[in-house]
Amino acid sequence: MKHTPKRARMVGRRAPLIDGIEKVTGKAKYTADLDPVGALVGRIYRSPFSHAEIISVNIDEALKLPGVVSIITGDECDIPFGILPIAQNEFPLSRGKVRYRGEPVAAIAAIDEKTAERALSLITMDVRELESYDHPEKALAENAAQLFDDRPGNLEREVHHEFGDVENGFKQAELIQEAHFDCAEVTHVHMEPHAALAEYDVERDRITLQSVTQVPFYVHLRIAQCLNIDTSKVHVIKPFIGGGFGARTETLNFEIIACLLARTAGGKVRMKLSREETFLTHRGRPHTLVDLKIGMKKDGRITACQCRVQQTGGAYAGYGIVTILYAGSLLNAIYDIPAVKYDGYRVYTNTPACGAMRGHGTVDVRHAFESLLDQMAHQLGLDAFDVRRKNLLNAPMETINGLKVTSYGLPECLDWAEQASKWKTRKGKLPHGKGLGMACSHYVSGAAKPVHWTGEPHAVINLKLDFDGGITILTGAADIGQGSSTILAQVVGEVLGVDFSRLTVIANDSRITPKDNGSYSSRVTFMVGNAALQAAENLKTILVEAAAKRLDANFEDIECLGEFYRVAGGQGSVISFNDVVTEALVDTGTITTKGTFTVPRKFQGGKYRGAGVGPSMAYSYSTVAAEVSVDDITGQVMVDHVWAAHDCGYALNPLSVEGQVQGAVWMGLGQALSEETQYINGLPFAANMLDYRVPTINCSPPIDVKIVESIDPNGPFGAKEASEGALAAIIPAIANAIFDATGVRMKNTPFTPDRILMAMDKLKKSGDCR
Amino acid sequence: MAKTIMHIQVNGEIREDAVQGNLLLIDYLRETCGLTGTKMGCDGGECGACTVLVNGIPRLSCLTLTATVDGLNIETIEGAQTKGRLSKLQQGFHEQLGSQCGYCTPGMIMAADGLLRQNPCPSDDDIKQALGGNICRCTGYVKIIEAVRFAVSGNAL
Repeated sequence: MKHTPKRARMVGRRAPLIDGIEKVTGKAKYTADLDPVGALVGRIYRSPFSHAEIISVNIDEALKLPGVVSIITGDECDIPFGILPIAQNEFPLSRGKVRYRGEPVAAIAAIDEKTAERALSLITMDVRELESYDHPEKALAENAAQLFDDRPGNLEREVHHEFGDVENGFKQAELIQEAHFDCAEVTHVHMEPHAALAEYDVERDRITLQSVTQVPFYVHLRIAQCLNIDTSKVHVIKPFIGGGFGARTETLNFEIIACLLARTAGGKVRMKLSREETFLTHRGRPHTLVDLKIGMKKDGRITACQCRVQQTGGAYAGYGIVTILYAGSLLNAIYDIPAVKYDGYRVYTNTPACGAMRGHGTVDVRHAFESLLDQMAHQLGLDAFDVRRKNLLNAPMETINGLKVTSYGLPECLDWAEQASKWKTRKGKLPHGKGLGMACSHYVSGAAKPVHWTGEPHAVINLKLDFDGGITILTGAADIGQGSSTILAQVVGEVLGVDFSRLTVIANDSRITPKDNGSYSSRVTFMVGNAALQAAENLKTILVEAAAKRLDANFEDIECLGEFYRVAGGQGSVISFNDVVTEALVDTGTITTKGTFTVPRKFQGGKYRGAGVGPSMAYSYSTVAAEVSVDDITGQVMVDHVWAAHDCGYALNPLSVEGQVQGAVWMGLGQALSEETQYINGLPFAANMLDYRVPTINCSPPIDVKIVESIDPNGPFGAKEASEGALAAIIPAIANAIFDATGVRMKNTPFTPDRILMAMDKLKKSGDCR
Repeated sequence: MAKTIMHIQVNGEIREDAVQGNLLLIDYLRETCGLTGTKMGCDGGECGACTVLVNGIPRLSCLTLTATVDGLNIETIEGAQTKGRLSKLQQGFHEQLGSQCGYCTPGMIMAADGLLRQNPCPSDDDIKQALGGNICRCTGYVKIIEAVRFAVSGNAL
């Protein structure tokens, strides 16, 4: 097979989303839009108590109500679930105890909304209340009531890592600084509220679930587990998904509840959660305390780093162990640091469980690290960009904690952000109340170890080519709006060179599409992209063989021109794609090919305990610079402009990369300035979109994006992740810009006006005014 | 609750429906008319996803009683195309990636449509003003502004 001659490339092109027309016309069907004919209304009765032993759940009065078809409680399912096989401590409906206000206790299937609503009001529960804790300090206090019998002191997990000679590292240092950071809990606020449609086939004992998930495969496993039926009797379909950002990377209680209800009611149940319930389902970024100490030479070279992290995990395990490990594993690995000590603690509290959120585990420690780095550089009279340049990695290499860095575009990111923001001429010279700041961040391109280890490849793609000349890409990778289906079509299109209109993506339906671990840890472009590349190459081999047969030529002499195949250099021997397909189908019929991808063992991390979290086959890098205005009367911070450079290896779709980087930066901006879940005596205080302050278009700045292409040796066409990495850098970039503008160091997020004013007031009183 | 016969024009078609007094416009559109393009995002006027046009003016359908639009003209995302062709705004949101997950998109396009009818050449500030009540969680709004600009200019940027 000859090398493909030059033609219009399918990758590297600003391609609109393959499913974009459905989205702009209202034709896209999200879970709540699916056919409700014949569906019962499912509703959840939630605990009004934060922490209590359940004496009884009283459903008799509600059951008497005409139109109520079934009501279930914790008695319906005694099998616990959870995303990590080693930490499944949650029941779909509470059993024995409730651990947070809003926890599902009972569920109703009724003929309509009104009946379900009335039935809800008739359910009561008798309990023995226990002391409850919405703050980690109280949960960790001696004699505190335990949330779980097997977790004394309410400490879910502690992890301790030390690499290199930390003691000696601090001895070598010429400046050592320590700081404490307190980062508020935040949540995803995907625009689509949670919803599920479950249909139980009584005669066949089979269940079909359509839900808002990012991980249909994990949901499939947990439904089979909690319904105690064979996995072959479960059918999971992912319709259009209105965002996820990590909220939907584990099976959520309402998904199992909808299936349990459908089974007891013997039919179809539609469950639409309110926005408040969606907030309560949570799984967001935990409230995090960071105590960080860095040692540095006068020239800016870091000699050692020590970090203690405490995360308030909420009432159940969820992804908690992974989150606390990520905070350590990606703490140092962006720079070359010779000695690192990390101590992580995950605490149970009586609040909705935390989980994975964009930048999983890495964001708050990055804020701490980049802020303290800025502070130390300032003290030593070093430039913020230069101090980072002093500590760059020399790729390809392995970090001190065993992460293999194969491509590293951070130097280019730094250069661009410095130039674009006119740093050298403007830093420190802006008018009163204005400031410039910068910071860096990085992220994995797919967790090298899957959550559920089976020995299967990390990704599988099937391609189907039939008589009509259309190619169907079958994938289990969940497109949740990030554009993964478009990327896969571009990769397949690039290899085969065919018209884009020949390609259709089906994502995803467990009866049709191959299993995929799902959309999390920014794994799809890298892993599923590589599988798509291989599947397309396999299909191309079949097509070239067919062309060779039809043209009576050698396989090696055939040139694939996408829509045409010909004998290289030959005169007149050209056949169309459709003719090649006809030839290829002789004797075999419909063609299916497969591509797989597995992360080699050597990329899966070191041998120490907890080494499985952090390793990836490639890492993305970002530098973000921000310009802010701080009103010293009101304390209001406005971000005027952001410059974000992101090393995504290779931009398969530059339009999409820009959109993802802008979205990530902006989401971090919300966390920096205004977003915060709050609990008062366990009561979620901001479980709506007014009190939980997502930035509007009016307070959102222009975000200039520079795509840096380091061409990773293992990514599909050199590509790495683009959706998460840039989020973390904006928070410290804003904090550092606020320092430049006002002289105050904002360590605690969000940087709300009251906190800014308090910090400025303190600075004024200390007499250290700039 | 008693129902009243109402005549509401939905995307050009005058319908006759028996409507309960407390029926929200969003439920009328989604459940009675089967027009699920209009989205519920927040349950109470906080996010703008349910924006439709009532006599050409953007209105939150989750805060509007159907009874108050009797005799009026409602436009939803389903009516935005002409003979299957995308409107300029739809084209802008599609081609400039003003839409990622797509859930806020129908409301965003209807709010922008309302703006362009009042002000065919809006400045960026005008666009921000008009879309200030519409939350998007994916884009950071940068490409949404570009999408509206695209529709205004009629050309690629």
